[in-house]
Amino acid sequence: MTLSTPSNLADTQEHLRWQRYFGFSTDHKVIGLQYLVCGFLFYFIGGALAGALRTELLTPISDFMPREVYNEVLTMHGTIMIFLWIVPVVNGAFGNYLIPFYVGARDMAYPRLNAVAFWMIPPAGLLLISSYFLGGASQSGWTAYPPLSLSTAATGQVIWILSVLLLGGSSIFGAINFVATVLKMRRPGLKMMQLPMYCWAMLGTSILVLLSTPVLAGTLVLLSFDIVAHTGFFNPAMGGNAVVYQHLFWFYSHPAVYIMVLPAFGLVSEILPVHARKPLFGYTTMVYSIMAIVFLGLIVWAHHMFTSGTPPWMRLFFTIATSFIAVPTGIKFFNWLATLWGGSISLNTAVMFSCGFIVNFVFGGITGVALAQVPFDIHVHDTYFVVGHFHYIVYGGTVFVIFASMYHWYPKVVGRMLNEPLGQLHFWLTFIGLNLCFAPQHWLGLNGMPRRVAEYDPQFQFINQLSSAGALLMAVSTLPFLINVIWSAYRGAVAGDNPWNALTPEWLTSSPPPEHNWHGEAPLVHEPYGYGLKSPAAS
Amino acid sequence: MTTSLPSPSSGPVASEHSAAESTEHHPDHRLFGLATFLVADGMTFAGFFAAYLTFRAVNPLPEGAVYELELLLPSINTLLLLVSSFTFHRAGSALKRDDRPLCRRWLLVTAILGLSFLAAQLKEYFSLPFGLTDNLYGSTFYAITGFHGLHVTLGSLMILIIWWQSREGGRVSSQNRFPLEATELYWHFVDGVWVVLYGILYLL
Repeated sequence: MTLSTPSNLADTQEHLRWQRYFGFSTDHKVIGLQYLVCGFLFYFIGGALAGALRTELLTPISDFMPREVYNEVLTMHGTIMIFLWIVPVVNGAFGNYLIPFYVGARDMAYPRLNAVAFWMIPPAGLLLISSYFLGGASQSGWTAYPPLSLSTAATGQVIWILSVLLLGGSSIFGAINFVATVLKMRRPGLKMMQLPMYCWAMLGTSILVLLSTPVLAGTLVLLSFDIVAHTGFFNPAMGGNAVVYQHLFWFYSHPAVYIMVLPAFGLVSEILPVHARKPLFGYTTMVYSIMAIVFLGLIVWAHHMFTSGTPPWMRLFFTIATSFIAVPTGIKFFNWLATLWGGSISLNTAVMFSCGFIVNFVFGGITGVALAQVPFDIHVHDTYFVVGHFHYIVYGGTVFVIFASMYHWYPKVVGRMLNEPLGQLHFWLTFIGLNLCFAPQHWLGLNGMPRRVAEYDPQFQFINQLSSAGALLMAVSTLPFLINVIWSAYRGAVAGDNPWNALTPEWLTSSPPPEHNWHGEAPLVHEPYGYGLKSPAAS
Repeated sequence: MTTSLPSPSSGPVASEHSAAESTEHHPDHRLFGLATFLVADGMTFAGFFAAYLTFRAVNPLPEGAVYELELLLPSINTLLLLVSSFTFHRAGSALKRDDRPLCRRWLLVTAILGLSFLAAQLKEYFSLPFGLTDNLYGSTFYAITGFHGLHVTLGSLMILIIWWQSREGGRVSSQNRFPLEATELYWHFVDGVWVVLYGILYLL
């Protein structure tokens, strides 16, 4: 597992020319960065929309924008953040950049399909946003439940469906690539149980994408028939069944939560051992708990529907199945804590964000188990409690890991370090902002404030203002991050090939890596987490 | 788990010299990728079938609506598709033996069987007592059979394209069998889906 060739700077600079990032490149590193930058652009749009929502909610009356616009903004915020920011970034961006390194390959299994999958995303995003100017965007939320989605702006809803279908197709093509790359493209001599954990996380995620996304696609086609051809699949007024839509929708959209967090679990498992200088604790149990989450994730969807007239046996089954997910998830948490335990931890920004993730996700996980219990769920269904819980999972969980990964892998991608003080400022603003924004929402929900409303009972005003103040902090927190990313690209300290003294294969090449990933033969890394066992190869 | 599975065409992934990098052979996993895609495609049908079965179990039909379907035409269609899977397989074997004329003959038979299926399906559509928007049952029936028919249409077109490409001097040959093998895998999948569809929509 030794390799140390001097960087070939001419080669490096040639293949990093900026024009490559705007074209149809089949290089997995270029595609990964395309996903990343595209995702961040949509993140800022989605964030601005969230800011508009929190501004409206400063006062109990609807005074900042008309109610229809509030509905549109709410729908766009959810759709953009899920389908154009978190899913493409945590899967497409990091997956494409890292997986070929981890399996010891020069590229993904299907480089052209990979590029096609990426280039489906910008048109889908533009299509989605264009619906604002084509008679109004969809107003039915990211869930598009009928009959609501059948009775509001038809054009906007159809455009929304087309856009989500494109994004779903992109997601499926990506998943095919990840499955084939992890299973078929491994360097000879590299066994499955020697792969870095992120490979397992992406394998599990891709299985979920392949099994659940097509169901959503089929359902949305039927929904578009209901709108365009006036069929009655989900329209009770025409003898249809709206609850069937909910079942099919959540058959995708519950696994979608795992499509958003499993890769984050994998990335954290890469970051923590490096900075704690200890092997990843419980590798085998990590693998089994990922696969257990994949299996359980597919059979818990109806816990989103406890108020949709579900029969008692269904409630019982889905409550128990959902509670079971806490077991593999708990195993992973204790494994991360045990990885940190007794390590010589460097408390840099990557580690801060990873630890922030652990704290937030445990809180979101506990409220998740609470939500799985029918009596409690009926009490808080469709209230701000659910909004708070969900944002602890996707923002406090996944987005924190995305930021941790930015600080961890930026030196590899750019060749320069991110600035630490700015990073710490970014972390604390985000951490305080997130908790200030979403923790009070649990209280709001428990006291009966419904979600998705522009107007609310005046008694909730102060708590809502508190939540909006948190949102403002989160918005401000992106400034030090943006400044850091741009400034460090020109003025940051030169990183060298392996600034963290890490053992995983992406660090055993130059920063940034050459076009074919390694200057010579791909390294064979049998122990990606062998810290403290033997001296790191590159030191 | 398993050790790495190099396919016959793939050399070692890593090269000896960096100069050889750009000419390194990229291993061919296209059939595996197609099979993965077909799993996803199958899940779309699974979702439709689940919706259909739930509708039938939960939603009563309006007064006077027709549930029962004529069995003769769809049964003949089932037979057509099953035979076409067999003829496609014969075409594949012929290509392996480098017998292109025989391969092309079997391909043509397969395409004709696929097109006959579509014709019979259309004839059934026009003879049915309900339309797309009449009731929930009709909508679901047309959505599922239509989605499957779309698959058959695409498959038949691909077979005709391969038939053209396997002519003397065409790009499909015993050395380059991938286009034929991929279409064959897809065609077997479409036939398999039809058998399930026939069981659920017509027999149940």
